[in-house]
Amino acid sequence: MPRKGADIVIEALKEEGVEIVFGIPGGAIMEVYDALYRDGGIKHILARHEQGAGHMAEGYAKATGKVGVAIATSGPGATNLVTAIADAYMDSVPVVFITGQVPTHLIGNDAFQEVDIIGITRPITKHNFLVKRIEDLPLIIRQAFYIAKTGRPGPVLIDIPKDITQKLSDVKIPSLEEVKESLPGYKPHLEGNLQQIKKAIRLMVEAKRPVLYLGGGAVQAEAQKELIELAELMKIPVTTTNMGKGSFPEDHPLALHMLGMHGTYYANMAVYNCDLLIAVGARFDDRVTGKIEEFAPQAKIIHIDIDPASISKNIVVDVPIVGDVKIVLRRLLEELRREAVKILYPEERQKWIEQIEKWKKRYPLTYSRSDKVIKPQYVIEQIYQATKGEAIITTGVGQHQMWAAMFYKYSFPRQFINSGGLGTMGFGLPAGIGAKIGRPKREVFVIDGDGSFMMTMQEIITAVQYKVPVKVAIINNSYLGMVRQWQELFYDRRYAEVDLSVQPDFVKLAEACGAVGFRAEKPSDVREIIEEALRIQDKPVIMDFHVDKEENVFPMVPAGKSYREMILHDGKKPIEAETMYLVG
Amino acid sequence: MADTLGSSQLSTVKAPLFREVKKGEVRKHLISLTVRNELGVLARIAILIAGKGYNIEGLSVGETHEKGISQMTLEVIGDDVVIEQVVKQLRKLIDTLKVKDITDVPHVERELALIKVYTATPRARDEVLRLVEIFRARIVDVSPETYTVEITGTEDKIQAFIDLVRPFGIKEMARTGKVAMKRESTPQEED
Repeated sequence: MPRKGADIVIEALKEEGVEIVFGIPGGAIMEVYDALYRDGGIKHILARHEQGAGHMAEGYAKATGKVGVAIATSGPGATNLVTAIADAYMDSVPVVFITGQVPTHLIGNDAFQEVDIIGITRPITKHNFLVKRIEDLPLIIRQAFYIAKTGRPGPVLIDIPKDITQKLSDVKIPSLEEVKESLPGYKPHLEGNLQQIKKAIRLMVEAKRPVLYLGGGAVQAEAQKELIELAELMKIPVTTTNMGKGSFPEDHPLALHMLGMHGTYYANMAVYNCDLLIAVGARFDDRVTGKIEEFAPQAKIIHIDIDPASISKNIVVDVPIVGDVKIVLRRLLEELRREAVKILYPEERQKWIEQIEKWKKRYPLTYSRSDKVIKPQYVIEQIYQATKGEAIITTGVGQHQMWAAMFYKYSFPRQFINSGGLGTMGFGLPAGIGAKIGRPKREVFVIDGDGSFMMTMQEIITAVQYKVPVKVAIINNSYLGMVRQWQELFYDRRYAEVDLSVQPDFVKLAEACGAVGFRAEKPSDVREIIEEALRIQDKPVIMDFHVDKEENVFPMVPAGKSYREMILHDGKKPIEAETMYLVG
Repeated sequence: MADTLGSSQLSTVKAPLFREVKKGEVRKHLISLTVRNELGVLARIAILIAGKGYNIEGLSVGETHEKGISQMTLEVIGDDVVIEQVVKQLRKLIDTLKVKDITDVPHVERELALIKVYTATPRARDEVLRLVEIFRARIVDVSPETYTVEITGTEDKIQAFIDLVRPFGIKEMARTGKVAMKRESTPQEED
């Protein structure tokens, strides 16, 4: 039956199982909103800024594993999405962005609210489409979802001119088979090569000091069971990146926690001294490797990743395995069991584990406690205890993000949601709203900085409107804290433009928005406020924790430096450089 | 310091250890692509290469015998290792069907150039005409002042011709960029 392009959009979204979309209407996208209204079958969350809508869709996608959808109008609506699109691209988040465009006959005329969003987002989308014929519309929408969620996931943008949404057509919604056939150049490689898997097994058997290094791909693949089995069977300690947190339970005895710039002493020591590094769904980012020439300098490297272009990009690997992490690991475990493989040097392995235990004891993650001022790390610890380690945590970007990564222990995939690749301040609140909407039974805590919070704080009203009870914990040090830390360490304490001491009264702000606000100024307030917040389930809560202003994030490997130059919590280098090395 | 196990179990070394970082040779690469002739496909490819900080030195595009499928040949000067990365990323684009760096595989390559040479004097006309014959080129346009020469061949051949006519003065020149194709069997002699 002939129906409007806008109705086709809704029909195709429903075919994809979309239940909820995030966005803001405007001139060029009005037909789609009219169709949403008339249909009534898809819930829409009205954000207060398109960037917020984009991050909400990301938070929803990251928390559920489903494809998120964000909608905006042409021109400024579309450009306001750009940061969220780039963010989703860097962290491989499956989100479909739908933008309105000026009518076809006006494209290229500098029409009102016209912008070439296809051109702007080409380098930051997995793919994007301009719909030129209404007959292509349903196929393009289905292609967009298929591309966004398969292979290495990522954002896909569909730009729909207004006249396309108004025209009538009786074009059918294509089947998934037709969608696959229509993309001959797109075939994600899922099965790992068996010969490569066997080579990897041989290296794992022969290794004396192996380490597993898990990235965001291990979270996306939801391969926790397989990873635990592999680590336990082969006795391999496990470190995760910021994005990989939750892919392996952090309370497991083999867990080394995070590696890299703000990694733990023991994770970095283990990586520095290992003779085999098994990277799973990770991409050897500069925040992980530091100085590349000195990253795991003695190790052979196995790299399992779904993206062939990630292999040997930053570091040359010995055994690359291209495929879906879960499928490859299952195959690898099958082979291990079938051949009843035995570790070649069990004694050395045991010594390796013992050595790591010594490192863990020597420099555990810690900080200087205080009963006078609130230490930011203390707030995170209290949130961890009050939520029994079961909350989903989202964050902004900066010091609070790293403390949230260090002092909350994550145990399940999709539990820690933050902006890893792009490092987008302001990500936390909208992402937290999206996550809470996607996983309503989980407590969602937004651990935010005062600087980050102020970048997207208008979305607190969105949370009030839809009764989304996110708990926002502002780690308030009245500074752009991470920049201040770098200025302290590398710029001789010249604090250029990082002072945020002029800021709103966050408690009053919460109240003005119809949320609940609390403030903590001494350590004894902290737990009480968190408990109070946990009792509120019909509106968002803002907790303003006034913390020690000049607390720093340690350990730290300065940017571009070797792990040998790691600075510990007391601001001192850990040990004489030579004792960094072990040779088996 | 009792940070490591005793030397009886694991010994320590003092010198720092380094991982070898692969650096490739910087040279001209010839990349052959089969692409779907979709909106913006060329822009996607160009952005990807520009994003690596490289310039496209030569480019030719045209439709193949199959409708909607185009063949593209790209020349890029770059580090071997980075180009390998570029090729992988080009393959990831939704609209590319085949991507291959054919620099080091036997292939045929041709380029066409149109060169407008000043030939005001009889001597110049004779000389250019002779060069045209030697190079098996063709004169496709004549004016009292100029000859326009069409020449096809390898980069070397065209460059040699250009060098020889340059003294007469080149008024204008246009080159197509290379078209290239992998050889099917054993390498044959070229030209």
